[in-house]
Amino acid sequence: MTDPVTAVERPDIVRTKNVSKRFVVRKDNSLKERLVTLGRLGRRHREDFWALRDIDLTIRAGATVGLIGHNGSGKSTLLKVLGGIIDPTTGSVERRGRIAALLELGAGFHPDLTGRENVYLNASILGLSRAETDARLDDILAFASIGEFIDSQVKFYSSGMYVRLAFAVAVHSDPDLLLVDEVLSVGDEAFQRKCMDKIRSFQEEGRTIIVVSHSMAQIQELCDRVVLLNRGEVVHDGDPSVAVRLFRDLLESRRREELGVEGRGGIVEVSAIAQGRQAGDAVQPGDRLVVRAVIDDRSGLADWICAVQIGSELGQIVYATTSKRTGTLFGPLDGRRTVQLVLDDLRLGPGKYFINVSVMDFAGRHLHDASQVADFNTSDDGLSVGVVHSTPEFREVP
Amino acid sequence: MTTAEDRYRLLDKQPFVSTASVTSLAGTIHSLREILRHREMLGLLVRRDLKSRYKDSALGFVWTLIRPLTQLVIYYVVVGKFLQAERGIPEFAVYIFAGLTAYSLFSEVIGSATSSIVGNSGLIKKVYLPREVFPIASVGSALFNFIMQLAILLLATVVTWHVPFDVDLLYAIPGILVLLVYGLAFGLLLSAVNVYLRDIGYLVEVLLLLLLWASPIVYAWRFVRDVLGNGVLLEIYTDNPVTLSVLAFQKAFWTSSDSTPYPGLLLMRLVIAFVVGLVLLVVFQRVFSRLQGNFAQEL
Repeated sequence: MTDPVTAVERPDIVRTKNVSKRFVVRKDNSLKERLVTLGRLGRRHREDFWALRDIDLTIRAGATVGLIGHNGSGKSTLLKVLGGIIDPTTGSVERRGRIAALLELGAGFHPDLTGRENVYLNASILGLSRAETDARLDDILAFASIGEFIDSQVKFYSSGMYVRLAFAVAVHSDPDLLLVDEVLSVGDEAFQRKCMDKIRSFQEEGRTIIVVSHSMAQIQELCDRVVLLNRGEVVHDGDPSVAVRLFRDLLESRRREELGVEGRGGIVEVSAIAQGRQAGDAVQPGDRLVVRAVIDDRSGLADWICAVQIGSELGQIVYATTSKRTGTLFGPLDGRRTVQLVLDDLRLGPGKYFINVSVMDFAGRHLHDASQVADFNTSDDGLSVGVVHSTPEFREVP
Repeated sequence: MTTAEDRYRLLDKQPFVSTASVTSLAGTIHSLREILRHREMLGLLVRRDLKSRYKDSALGFVWTLIRPLTQLVIYYVVVGKFLQAERGIPEFAVYIFAGLTAYSLFSEVIGSATSSIVGNSGLIKKVYLPREVFPIASVGSALFNFIMQLAILLLATVVTWHVPFDVDLLYAIPGILVLLVYGLAFGLLLSAVNVYLRDIGYLVEVLLLLLLWASPIVYAWRFVRDVLGNGVLLEIYTDNPVTLSVLAFQKAFWTSSDSTPYPGLLLMRLVIAFVVGLVLLVVFQRVFSRLQGNFAQEL
């Protein structure tokens, strides 16, 4: 997302210095409990948790910044600190311009009031005067497209209508800074499209957007800068595709830690390395990928099938084959065997991919499954996203 | 449509604002300015409170009147007639209602302000606003109910042919001001503390009940004087700001006030109470702004 405007120096809009946030987790919450656990005992009932540690960020106007990280990494907290909703424990946050926050939707909607009344209330919370809201009401209603429901109470709305109205008000409040937390994933597809279009036009108008999302595709599509948080600290700040790759590595290492994937009986070891490259190197389009699986099984099964899948980080299978399809027979399964699968001329889009390996008998029963036992990254030329690689070229034709 | 360049230029001229709450006395002025900037929203919040309260009820706003009227009937019949407290208090119904009107303004401000922050947690967790607007908005809706009650009170004086149109009517003004300043001060404090300790809500109910009987609403001030004598205890009893306001209301709306003994220097006491209330308001606002930084995570 290159910015067409370079003539004017882009001013800073948000600055944070050494921002840390400590949460005190208390287990006693009523007066009685607190009196009982007063003093030394009380300290045992509280736990410190640092949601953010020493965050230094300077965000320039017109930027679209993505905040990513696993659950509990502090990204939503950071967004709230930037929005002034939570005060940081230490450090300072400075910002300027009009701000609108979409943190969970329908903030400020009162269920007993009608949609129209809520629009006025919500708009004034976002800093619009009554006259300004009057002027924009038609636009807001058109954007939300909820028809005559605007004059019925909000509690009768479907969640989709709720979201549409809330989003419509927020984007029409003329914000310089828009904070978005995980809300673009609600609403139907048509509305999501509308939101994305609106965000694009926001980018063109030089508005600043800070977005928290779990959708890496969305982040890569929208942001020109991504901040990766891990346990409240900034791990990476800058190029989106690097951030997303680092994040996936982080997720993968966590998952392995939790599962203890190593040494599962049956499928002992799996690797996926492009021919002529080192393990860990990015796989280039057209490479020959060699998948090697070591299977340890002394069941003496007469005949068996080895199945290999390549999955995207979303778990979608982008490629799968079995030794049955290729008509390969391995003979009785008695001891340690190494199976090699060569994938010629592999052309995958940029991203991280995982290898799943299964051992089955001819009845289709799974003897051993190892999902996501190996992974590899593919190179990113920045020209496309998706799971298929092809070199794009645009040209206008008469 | 503003172009990106215009937007950058405009932004460049704006000063940076820190999101952290200012903890010095200058913070009070800053907060005041913030609240004034949001006054239009304040009005909408008050209207939201009023509208949503009786939204799906058939009688709607009539309910705001039924409660105090019932209270009036109970006190008039039970306390006045059965317990014979009306002996020596002419126009007992008007007398009770004058005090009750003052008291219920205070109790409603305190009651709804205390729960205002917790009740608006949906907003507080998601949007930045000067949080003082919520307790203030509950003062607004309490004032609305108060005006309705006041109208009934005046109507009652007309019906009973004791229209209180004389200079004493002006006592109502310091009476209302004292109630409002104390209501707001304690409302701010209690609403903030209630976030951290939900027991406050229940405690307030008890204290308000206590306050109802600690003021000469259903009995006369001179009854208390006769029991306590003219000592320090009477002074303590009298200088309770709610008591002072109740007395001021009776002076204003109850025409028989000239024939009954009242504490001396009532006006001066009211002025002093008002000034003390203002100081409390500033102090409690500072406490509020200290505590509000963690509202979003405590709710």
